[in-house]
Order: sequence, then structure tokens, then C-alpha cells
Amino acid sequence: METGTSRVKRGMAEMQKGGVIMDVMNAEQAKIAEAAGATAVMALERVPSDIRAAGGVARMADPTIVEEVMKVVSIPVMAKARIGHYVEAKILESMGVDYIDESEVLTPADEIFHIDKTEFTIPFVCGAKDLGEALRRIQEGASMLRTKGEPGTGNIVEAVRHLRLINGQIRKVQNLSKDELYHEAKTLGVAYELLLGVHEAGKLPVVNFAAGGVATPADAALMMHLGADGVFVGSGIFKSDSPEKFARAIVEATTHYQDYKLIAEVSKNLGTPMKGIEISKLNAAERMQDRGL
Amino acid sequence: MKIGVLALQGAVAEHMRSIEAAGGQAVAVKTVDQLSGLDGLIIPGGESTTIGKLMRKYSFIEAIQQFSAQGKPLFGTCAGLIVLAERIAGDEEAHLKLMDITVARNAFGRQRESFETDLEVAGIEDRVRAVFIRAPLITEVGLSVQVLSTYNKEIVTARQGNLLACSYHPELTDDFQLHAYFLQMAKEAAAGT
Repeated sequence: METGTSRVKRGMAEMQKGGVIMDVMNAEQAKIAEAAGATAVMALERVPSDIRAAGGVARMADPTIVEEVMKVVSIPVMAKARIGHYVEAKILESMGVDYIDESEVLTPADEIFHIDKTEFTIPFVCGAKDLGEALRRIQEGASMLRTKGEPGTGNIVEAVRHLRLINGQIRKVQNLSKDELYHEAKTLGVAYELLLGVHEAGKLPVVNFAAGGVATPADAALMMHLGADGVFVGSGIFKSDSPEKFARAIVEATTHYQDYKLIAEVSKNLGTPMKGIEISKLNAAERMQDRGL
Repeated sequence: MKIGVLALQGAVAEHMRSIEAAGGQAVAVKTVDQLSGLDGLIIPGGESTTIGKLMRKYSFIEAIQQFSAQGKPLFGTCAGLIVLAERIAGDEEAHLKLMDITVARNAFGRQRESFETDLEVAGIEDRVRAVFIRAPLITEVGLSVQVLSTYNKEIVTARQGNLLACSYHPELTDDFQLHAYFLQMAKEAAAGT
């Protein structure tokens, strides 16, 4: 009997496919998310849009919030640790959190090194905006990926950019010859063996979700259409007018992303979605996607 | 044999790959009208609360019950096992209520307790590599249910006529024996009708 094997860790993410993982800030929101059909919840102290508004240093949530959420739902509970913050991650693991997001939404604790995720029993998800970042995170032991997008903006454009780029790069790698692969590994800053795996399989070795800017059921369906395995919704749900309806609509739009009549139906009378931010209005320091390369 | 994989949420592609590797033809099933013409249906691993809700919303409960009443075999893995069960421990409402078993959800604990191991399964030649992820257990079985394997004396694989269920994920490995076993059930069911 072996725990924490890569099959057990990556397999857990496989079970999330086609699902929606929702940010929640307390037990009540966690119950709403579960009742709406979320496949997991991300327990946080503040959603990304509030982190943006508050400024200052964003850290791991108070363990009380995480525990409170773990108590009330039977679906998996994820929580965020700062990039490179080994101890925050160990604290979350000790509490029995099911998945850790080493996340650029929080203020990085380390500007160079990510956490060595291979030495944890529980799996990690990390953000990536291109194939190089994706494979570097896998090399460090990430069992699941998500696009970085631009969290807390309610603007899907960056998540689209990242998913298109990663998928385009995978298609390119598939067509490279062996000598070109050596060079490409060097250019991307990744191990040759990992890149060879992508070349042969034509896909990443782990699940890749969309995240960072999903604000409507149509946004979620768009990401599925572009090849995401599932969707993270952060600020979108509990910053909307009617979170319950919104959450249900996003779940259904993700499952039936090719059924446009159905998406039209579930999108009716949802009220105002979260107010979005135009990406070009962000200054360099406000761009979360540039953290943790 | 044409085998459907219920494609509302979860590890659909892995089951399709395994069925094809075992010599069957796999179809992703998103709507109830796709059930006609299938020789069997797999309910995959995923989140049982999510799959159950979407099944209700899109009329799959009755449709699959009818499919099963025609003698067509069903195979549930992990969340799929929970969905097949007649009873869920605690006060949670059961879903398809087809198999005379009681299941306990997340019976081994949280993700850090998830594991893989080799299992002897009755009717299957080689030991099966079984991946348990926040897995459920079968805590009680009715008289017509045959226990096919146990882990630490707990029931993890069972069959009742045309219903097959396991706590773990055979679709996450390159061991296709359980899928071949299910294809055989489908062949026998098709020959019998």
C-alpha cells in the first residue's frame, strides 16, 4: 500500500475533470457551492478581487476558515499557499486539506524558488501562462495545472491567451524532430524528458483547468471549448448578485459547454456579474500573472 | 460491444481509453437519448454529489433505471459506485438505487490517505492495480450481491447480476482486466436477450 504516489495525486485531479472549483470564504458559501454542484471548493480569507482592492501582503488563510469549510462539505477542500512558502503548505497538509494551490494570487514568499512539491503526500495545483511554466511546475511536483489568467478582474482575456498559448506550444512540440526538441527544452527552460513526453503524448501529463477571470457561464463554456479540463471560478460567484443561481449556471454551462441553447437558458436573469477590470488599466505591480515564473 | 461512459463530470476519457484497449467501442454519453443502442454503461469516478445533481437535472435517473431493467449492464467506479447504491451511509439521499448495497463515502479519509495497492479480484486472473482516491467502501451487501474483492476485510468490488461496482479507479492504470470483465458481461447480456 502506497500513499502520495504520482498516480494517486494526479488521479485526484482527473476526478475533477469537467467540473467547477469555486472560491469560498466561509462555511455558508461552501455549502452553497456544494449544493450547486461544485466538484471542490477553495477555502480563502478573501477572493482575488478583494485582495486586489485591499492591497498589502496576501497570505495563507486563517486555519479556522479552512477548518470550518472542511467540516461542512463532503467534496474536496483546497487552500492556497504563497509561492515558495514551504511552511504554509506544510501547515495546510497537516490540517488534512485535499489539494494545495501554490498561488500567484497571494503575495509570493520567494521570488526565485517554488515549493518542492514532490515531498508532499497531498497534491498541488499551480498556475501557468505558457508551456515552459507548465512543465517547470510539473517538474517541481505539481499534479494539476491551471491557467494563471488575471485573477480578480472578471476579464477572461488573459486566461484565453494562456490556454491558447499552451495548446499552441504543445502542437508545435508534437511536430519537432529530436534535435529540435533538445533546443526547445533549452529555450523553454525545461527538462528534455518532460518535453519528450509532451511530444509523444500530444498533451500535458496532468490535468489543466482554466482560471483567472471567469465571470459568466459563457466564459466557463468558452474555456472548455478551448480545451480546458475544467474551470476555477474565484471572485465570479460570490461577487455576483445571486451566487446560488450563478454557481448552478456555471456548473451546467461547464458540463454542457457545446449546448448553446442550454447555456442561453441558464444565463437568463442571473443579475449583474462582477464588475470587470480592463487589463491594460493594471500597472505592472498589479499583474498577478507575472509572479512565479 | 458499444459501451457508453456517462460524461457529465469526472474521468470520462480514461474509461473510454480503457474500454477501447479491452476491445470495445466507447461513446461519451451526455444526453439520455444516447442510451439507446448501447450494450452497457459505465458511471465514472468524479464527484458523486456533482454527478448525482446533473443526473437528476437531465433526467438520467429514470433513463438509466430503465436501461438497467432491460438487462443492460452497468459498471460504477468510485463515485459511480456511490451513484449505483441503494443506500448511502449518513442521511444523504441515494441516486440510482439499483444495487442492493450500502456505501460509505470518503471511507478511508481525506486525500492524504488516498493510496494504491494490488488486489485479488474473484473472476480476474492477475492481481489488479487499484488506485483509491478519497474512496468509498461497501459497508453492507444484500443476499444477491457477490463480493469480488476485499481490502483489509472491507468490501471494495462487488457484482449483482448485471451491476458491477468498485471503490477504486481501474481506469487510471494500464490494467484493462476489469474493463474486459465488464465487456464480457455486456456480451453475455446481449446474447441472452
